[in-house]
Amino acid sequence: MAFDFDVIARSLPYLWKGFRYTVELTAIAATGGIFFGTLLALARLSSVKPLALAAAGYVNLMRSIPLVLVIFWFFFLVPVLVQGITGAERPPQIGAERTAIITFIMFEAAYFCEIMRAGIQSIPKGQVYASYALGLTYGQTMRLVVLPQAFRNMIPVLLTQTVILFQDTSLVYVISATDFLGAASKVGQRDGRLVEMYTFVAVVYFVISVTLSHFVRRLQKRIAVIR
Amino acid sequence: MIDIRDVSKWYGTFQVLKDCTTAVRKGEVVVVCGPSGSGKSTLIKTVNALEPFQKGEIFVNGIPVGDPKTDLPKLRAKVGMVFQHFELFPHLTITENLALAQVKVLGRGRDEANERGLKLLDRVGLKAHAAKYPGQLSGGQQQRVAIARALSMDPIAMLFDEPTSALDPEMINEVLDVMVELAREGMTMMVVTHEMGFARKVAHRVIFMDNGEIVEDAAKEDFFGKPRSERAVQFLSKILQH
Amino acid sequence: MAYDFNWGVFFEELPGGDTEYWEILLEGVGWTLAVSALAWAIALAVGAVVGTIRTTDRPWLVRLGNAWVELFRNIPLIVQLFLWYFVVPELVPPLKRWAIAADPTTVQFAMAVVGLGLFTSARIAEQVRAGIQSLPRGQRMAAMALGLTTPQAYRHVLLPMAFRIVIPPLTSETMNLIKNSSVALTIGLAELTFRSREMGEYTFHFFEAFTAATLIYVAIAMTANRVMAFIERKVAVPGFIAGGAK
Repeated sequence: MAFDFDVIARSLPYLWKGFRYTVELTAIAATGGIFFGTLLALARLSSVKPLALAAAGYVNLMRSIPLVLVIFWFFFLVPVLVQGITGAERPPQIGAERTAIITFIMFEAAYFCEIMRAGIQSIPKGQVYASYALGLTYGQTMRLVVLPQAFRNMIPVLLTQTVILFQDTSLVYVISATDFLGAASKVGQRDGRLVEMYTFVAVVYFVISVTLSHFVRRLQKRIAVIR
Repeated sequence: MIDIRDVSKWYGTFQVLKDCTTAVRKGEVVVVCGPSGSGKSTLIKTVNALEPFQKGEIFVNGIPVGDPKTDLPKLRAKVGMVFQHFELFPHLTITENLALAQVKVLGRGRDEANERGLKLLDRVGLKAHAAKYPGQLSGGQQQRVAIARALSMDPIAMLFDEPTSALDPEMINEVLDVMVELAREGMTMMVVTHEMGFARKVAHRVIFMDNGEIVEDAAKEDFFGKPRSERAVQFLSKILQH
Repeated sequence: MAYDFNWGVFFEELPGGDTEYWEILLEGVGWTLAVSALAWAIALAVGAVVGTIRTTDRPWLVRLGNAWVELFRNIPLIVQLFLWYFVVPELVPPLKRWAIAADPTTVQFAMAVVGLGLFTSARIAEQVRAGIQSLPRGQRMAAMALGLTTPQAYRHVLLPMAFRIVIPPLTSETMNLIKNSSVALTIGLAELTFRSREMGEYTFHFFEAFTAATLIYVAIAMTANRVMAFIERKVAVPGFIAGGAK
């Protein structure tokens, strides 16, 4: 069979739109995931037992079921929950793309939680004592002393997880969201050119992931030297 | 028996061995000493080609070690080696540690290998521990097993690479005793060690290395009596202080 | 909340009769387990080989192993499955003829097993390499000094220990593999997640269907965890603490 590269060139603007959504989803999910993940980590390490248990339960549940199932869960739950909150008569139309953003923030929060927890636990207890001794509150100690150090130590791991997240966002295909893969798939099916489109998608993902991983490894080495 | 001629070795641009030349005759016990980083461990590992070298020649029983055509496993099987960190295989029992190479390299039957192994274990006083795993023995016991393991191959010579320097002080003697006995039986031995008591007791010759060079290579009496080089004098005074 | 719970829905019949919903869920579990088990076997076999060659002193073998890991790690799993299912048969005519002639489920199953197996092999290779390299250098030397050849040293000394060290990370890769098997629904394989969504679509009782799937995944994960812990205990070396001992 002959490759038809023209189909890729012709559909580039559409693919670009999908790709931009993939990047957007990755960026928002990483930012939101790290934010909520940090809160979850603080909850898991909290001395308030019910809080710690609830956080641990959430994280373990998220980590023990497939992402595809999580996506389905949220695709079904989000409209129902929004309806419950707003009291609307029918479940609102939220759309696959927006649902995916909420899903990935909530899902990634569980994974980022474990990274941040490890980061927080790697900070010597003496740092906390020293902060308290200076009169800082718990909130100040975390915000000004512990979390900045934990975050800095964990940057390579957080970035590695983000590269994984970048690849995982392609699973929004299952709710027909138009991310990079979704766009390519739609073009491929319309024009009967799945071979070209999927090969192209694979190459693009490969090049970007390899480049990002390479960058993370270099960063890791540089951080290792500084410490 | 062991003939080392003009051996040089580099790690990148850093020269770890500089034109080392020496020999160990059959039945001779040669102690190699020197400060850490002097190249003595590297030198002893070149003898059975665990460390490659770029220049010079080494012959073991007439076989050229550096020749790419030499059957290294066959050569190594004839030369016993004891390591600083014992290097028993942690997933195998003591008996299995002793039998592995006898069966796989020498092609002995399992029963024959076990019998030979037990005999040697008895000799180093550890027959009762035959069924245990290395992790269940003390460091001194592990090192004695390691010596028995090397002997189980019926070696023509034995190499010792700092056999006691990873041991707690109270365990050093049990290992040295086995080595002294071995030396008195006439085993050809090349021993990297700081144990000057051992050297005085059984060594025929002492080699002193520094910065990758063989600085002194003398009969035991001469080395301890009147070392020729300033570096050896300094080294001896440091070692003998404790 | 407007949602209308009905936990009896599992015992209702599918349109067309004869089959009840719990039965198709169970069938889905069967496919999930079958795909996972076979993919796991491939992943372990290939991963062990690739991980091992990356620790040898042959530069071209090391590069080959590295390339393998990079290739399968840097393309999303779903894209890899699409490549196996949609692209590879187009490029390999005999495979294409087989795919057309064979039962579609068989094709989906085979491609899911191969895709998931090779995807996971890269991860296992990484763990195996790390396991071998975490062994003290002296172990290799001691094996060589006894006259063992390189293959013998790997077979009798390095791999048995590396395998034990690698069990804990292997456990989490096994969990990931089981979870990842759900991606096979994108090429049409009717595994557990596929069936639970199907049930939701037929009955509009998504909540019950997804809850069932979630509980089953948790149960499978816990069982796999137990099995791996059992293996770990079974092969534990007395006096040796993984990671702690020299």
